[in-house]
Amino acid sequence: MIESLVQPGSTFAPDIDFVINLVGGLVFFWGGLTVAMFFWLLWRYRYREGVKALYVTGNEPELKRWINIPHYLIILCDLAIIGFAVQTWYKVKQDIPPVDDEIRVVGQQWAWTFQHTGPDGKMGTDDDIKTADVLHVEVDKTYQFTLESRDVLHSFSVPIFRLKQDVIPGREIQGWFHPTVAGAFDIQCAEMCGIGHGIMAARIIVETPEQHAAWLAGAK
Amino acid sequence: MSEAHQIDGHHGHDAHGHHEPTFLEKYIFPLDHKYIGMQYMLTGMVMALFGGFFAYSFRMQLAFPGISVPGFGIVSPTEYNALVTNHGSVMIFWVAMPVLIAAFGNFLIPLMIGADDMVFPKLNRLSYQVFLLSCIVLGISWIVPGGGFGGAWTSYPPLSANGDYSMTPLGSSLWLTAVALEFAAFLIGGINFITTAMNSRAPGMKAKDVPMTVWMICIASIMFMASVGPLIAGAIMLLFDQQLGTGFFDWKRGSDPVLWQHLFWFFGHPEVYVVLLPATGFVAEIITVFARKKLFGYQTILYTAIGTGALSFFVWAHHQFVAGIDPRMANIFTITTVLISIPIAEMMFLYIATLYGGSIRFQTPMLWALGFIFEFLIGGVTGIFLGASGADIYFHDTYFVVAHFHYTFFPIAFIGTFAAATYWFPKMFGRMMNETLGRIHFWGTIIPVNFIFIPLFITGAAGQHRRIYNYNHFPDVSTPDLQTLNIVATVSLVILLCFQTVFLFNFFWSMWRGPKAPANPWKANTLEWQAPSPPPHGNFPPDNMPVVYRGPYEYSVPGREDDYWPQNQPN
Repeated sequence: MIESLVQPGSTFAPDIDFVINLVGGLVFFWGGLTVAMFFWLLWRYRYREGVKALYVTGNEPELKRWINIPHYLIILCDLAIIGFAVQTWYKVKQDIPPVDDEIRVVGQQWAWTFQHTGPDGKMGTDDDIKTADVLHVEVDKTYQFTLESRDVLHSFSVPIFRLKQDVIPGREIQGWFHPTVAGAFDIQCAEMCGIGHGIMAARIIVETPEQHAAWLAGAK
Repeated sequence: MSEAHQIDGHHGHDAHGHHEPTFLEKYIFPLDHKYIGMQYMLTGMVMALFGGFFAYSFRMQLAFPGISVPGFGIVSPTEYNALVTNHGSVMIFWVAMPVLIAAFGNFLIPLMIGADDMVFPKLNRLSYQVFLLSCIVLGISWIVPGGGFGGAWTSYPPLSANGDYSMTPLGSSLWLTAVALEFAAFLIGGINFITTAMNSRAPGMKAKDVPMTVWMICIASIMFMASVGPLIAGAIMLLFDQQLGTGFFDWKRGSDPVLWQHLFWFFGHPEVYVVLLPATGFVAEIITVFARKKLFGYQTILYTAIGTGALSFFVWAHHQFVAGIDPRMANIFTITTVLISIPIAEMMFLYIATLYGGSIRFQTPMLWALGFIFEFLIGGVTGIFLGASGADIYFHDTYFVVAHFHYTFFPIAFIGTFAAATYWFPKMFGRMMNETLGRIHFWGTIIPVNFIFIPLFITGAAGQHRRIYNYNHFPDVSTPDLQTLNIVATVSLVILLCFQTVFLFNFFWSMWRGPKAPANPWKANTLEWQAPSPPPHGNFPPDNMPVVYRGPYEYSVPGREDDYWPQNQPN
């Protein structure tokens, strides 16, 4: 469903897409069945001259079955949704795998700035590379990011990765991603941050190892 | 019970029973619950015009970026944010709340329980006056220097707490004051509703004989009372942060801005059900009358409402999955959120089951009630995508969310209101509305509304985030295809708004020129239809107050010639 609109560009994107498709399938099935039943009843029991309505209280076991059995099945579906949702959530948000590299992301009204580790691969050294509005990462590497805000709430959203995390002033929030597709993609701010919220855009450039090495060499 | 009546009768007639009330007493400072209800309704309608105009203005900007919007002009980013913020605030706090709960609650509760008025008529009048004051304060917030508040209806600090960040130092404080006043008004009104329903029921009316509408408004009022306290406190703290420089939500002074989000959503999520439940109450009355059927599982519906209401206090953090809360918390809130679908799905199933075996007449109120069920189902099931934490990471703050909650709020605030307004209009004004115009308005609303929000599900799924003034800065989501969908949504909105003139015309024309309505035009059982149309001051003849013999939904009882059996008819 989502993958036809936005390609999955990180290792956990397919997991999130799976949860979305699972919910989508179940919702389509049960919602469709309910709507079909609804319209059938409207047609079947439309007003007709001389036909009186039935007197039904809702306590008749043979009628209640028609509600209870689907309802129990829906509860089972709910449990499946919860299971997969929690599993995916754990993978994306709670369990940071071993990382290859780090980045720092700073949001402020209304721009993103990025700090890359530079050639030595260590954050906080002299060869760190700071950029505004463009983030450079290498495909097939696991990145840990640290989010900071200088002023108000922002939200670091990369739709192609299926990644979103609010940025809160006074805190450092960490997370991870592992790009799988090379290319240039949108970074959006997803939390209302003032007048310039609509222009708080950035790009993420996912590069092949050669491209990344060339960028590193050029940036120094 | 009979004692309660005497007390009621006493205050009601003592207040202004001895002389003919002047125009001012009757229409401007009324104590009669029916006129207070109408004040709320008309004020809500005026506010809905503002809310609709705001939506029109920012949707035009989204469909045709940069154009001079007819009737508004060029929309600047500051104005855009203010329009979005105030559209949301107005539609929820100043349209859904006053119309669904206050207007219909006021008009219907005493009539449906067979009382002559509210228990606290003066408190009732005060409630409306505080509400009107909140409308005025909100209106002023739009025109002060700097413009209206633009920090989204959720008003997250630090943006909302500091004029340097929001650039609307006056607008944000006035907005917040208006919101706090509005809450106070409904707190006062809610106390009155609950007390009246508990104490003033007609003799013989037991809990199981109370119409669903009264139950639902009471449950909603109790939920509102239980949830609004933290937010009123939070609003005052935020006001102090804005104006006195305190640091309740300021990380530099040892607090955390996320605290506000908890206070806001602890209220904000029950609030969804506070407005939902009255609408489901109206739908219950209407589907039973127009299907000539007893409600399928009266008690179960009641339990699902109570269950939904109780559970709704434990789901708030699903608005904050990615907001910087402890990620482990998201798991708990995913479970509670997905579980809330169980009672609410049961309720919708029972409503659909009520249609089984009926003799369904598709008059305007019934069309709206059925429209409610259909549209709300879409709103309900799309919520599961957002309640499941794993999927919400992607959908959070996209147009998918916007489309989802409009599929819940539009059925609640508008379809529910139109259902109730067309159904009870004969009782309110003693005249019938025009059926043909009613149907034109129905189809002219229900078709466009789907063409507004189905495209927005797609733009959201494609990655367009909310509250963005112009997508040109985001190459991936400023494609011609997505722009086409935005244009479809905007054009549909304009069509929908045009069709509302049909309703306004029908409403005000029928109020004076419609054919005279009999007391019980729909052949309904509940007590309000046993009073004259429109009911006089005191509602029922003082020497012949209704006595209740049975439940409200005894339609098509076997062995009876009539297919309805009014609650107050001995046999």
